[in-house]
Amino acid sequence: MVDPVPSGSICPVRTGGGLTVGSRPGDCELHLTAVEDFLNWGKEHSLFYLLFATACCGIELMQTGGPRYDVDRLGMIPRASPRQADLLIVAGTITHKMASRAKRLWEQMAEPRWVVSMGSCANAGGPFSKFSYSVLNGIDKHFPVDIYVPGCPPRPEALIDGVIELRERVRRWQTLGVRPRDAAVIA
Amino acid sequence: MTIVAESPDGELMTLNMGPHHPSTHGVLRLIVECDGEVVTSCQPDIGYLHRSIEKIGEYLEFPQFVPYTDRVDYVCAMNANLAWCVAAEALYAMDPASVIKIPERAEWIRILVAELNRISSHLVAVGALAMDMGAYTPFLHAIALRELINDLFESICGARLTYNYVTIGGVANDLPAGIEPRIAAALDQIEREMRGFNKLITGNTIFRDRLAGTATISAADAVAWGLVGPNLRGSGVDFDLRRDEPYGFYDRVEFAVPVGDAFAGANGRVGDAFDRYIVRLLEILESTRICRQALKHLPPAAPKAADLVGGWQADVKAALRKPPKGEVHHRTEMPRGETGYYLISDGSKIPYRIRIRTGSFTAVAIIPKLAPGLMLADIVAVIGSLDIVLPEVDR
Repeated sequence: MVDPVPSGSICPVRTGGGLTVGSRPGDCELHLTAVEDFLNWGKEHSLFYLLFATACCGIELMQTGGPRYDVDRLGMIPRASPRQADLLIVAGTITHKMASRAKRLWEQMAEPRWVVSMGSCANAGGPFSKFSYSVLNGIDKHFPVDIYVPGCPPRPEALIDGVIELRERVRRWQTLGVRPRDAAVIA
Repeated sequence: MTIVAESPDGELMTLNMGPHHPSTHGVLRLIVECDGEVVTSCQPDIGYLHRSIEKIGEYLEFPQFVPYTDRVDYVCAMNANLAWCVAAEALYAMDPASVIKIPERAEWIRILVAELNRISSHLVAVGALAMDMGAYTPFLHAIALRELINDLFESICGARLTYNYVTIGGVANDLPAGIEPRIAAALDQIEREMRGFNKLITGNTIFRDRLAGTATISAADAVAWGLVGPNLRGSGVDFDLRRDEPYGFYDRVEFAVPVGDAFAGANGRVGDAFDRYIVRLLEILESTRICRQALKHLPPAAPKAADLVGGWQADVKAALRKPPKGEVHHRTEMPRGETGYYLISDGSKIPYRIRIRTGSFTAVAIIPKLAPGLMLADIVAVIGSLDIVLPEVDR
């Protein structure tokens, strides 16, 4: 017995169309796809994120992982170690003392890795940008950021919107060949 | 529980815990020296979230600083707003000509939102402690309950976390129409679900045994190290500023002050981690009581903001006047304990100096005293039971 696979597809067919073998309902369907698309499909639906919270936004990140917003349904599961994470959500103010540690976390993540900057502080220093002597004005001074989510702090919906935007980018990720660097998106 | 460290060759291992660690509740770094699994010393390294908030206060006018107090303690931002505004109002009150009279309704709204926020803050504390002890489910329940209060605050002031709602002279806007029954229903649900939460985790043998007798702080030590709030009361010291030095309308509400009493049973001692946990749990229930009383006393809304009974804000001009010259230290009871704002004013619109005394700072200071002799895994219990919020430490 073959387990019935729902019609529609479990793998995306994106480039040039795929070949479907088996037409009777209940038959296992075969899809042809590019290796890259298959890998990206996997990456897109399992963006494990690093539990990296420094300040206020960390509480909203926690609520986003909580039962109401439940980012688990997007395949996002918090990881304690940067080695296991695909996505770094910079949630909160980064001070000059913390910046080098944050960069080290980013360096420890395995490629491919993505960065979402959550909240005004990580974007550009937020309410501390003008008068504070100890706050870094934007984490993008230390490593590249893919998505900026504005807000102080952003609502969980805003963060999820940023992640959905990021998934578009993950889908287009080129594992092989030359990778063009996309411009950052403001979600 | 004291375990004497014994190592055949006397060699110690130094572990670096943090600044990125899921159990340090933020960006705290601990340098832990262990002999096997027994901790011999533990030194906190703070300052990873020093945002120079006190210095920023020297550039801004008194009402402009309110949003920054949100960020001093974001887990209970309403209380932080209130602490600043009460201190500023005390400064204005030094000169009889510039006293700000706060409308009655505003006073009750302040108590209502402050106690609601105390509940949501303690929910994070007890949920995170359970998570640190390896139980993930209670944390999810606590987070789900917190959403209830976040929804109410969203209706009241438009924000979920950093409210900027309490202002000098009252609150920023009146309660929206028809919110009272929603608050009452939420309080009912909180009480009901806290009973479930209690059943779920408090009696759990693993949870109880790990916390009972762990990191015991005697009453004398707690006072000597300047612990405040639930950490102090967990050690059996019966002291609560809301009752002993009431500000606002706290002298008009009835509530009990829970005190640590070796709740864990045979293994427990007064002032252990389990007592601190239970004190927070009981305070949630006391806060629901206070909220109910505030709802009962709330006078009907008046059409004019400056109405001294039903308004939500004193005459706006009063709060924008220059404060008198002088200095004031005013302390309030936040969820993490006594928070004092020390203000020096040179008579201009901008404060000359602000100093914030927070509860988490002294709680971090006692870690080096508690840690030696504990097992390595109990360090997490120490941090969780002290309920540290790092921006309060670093500011």
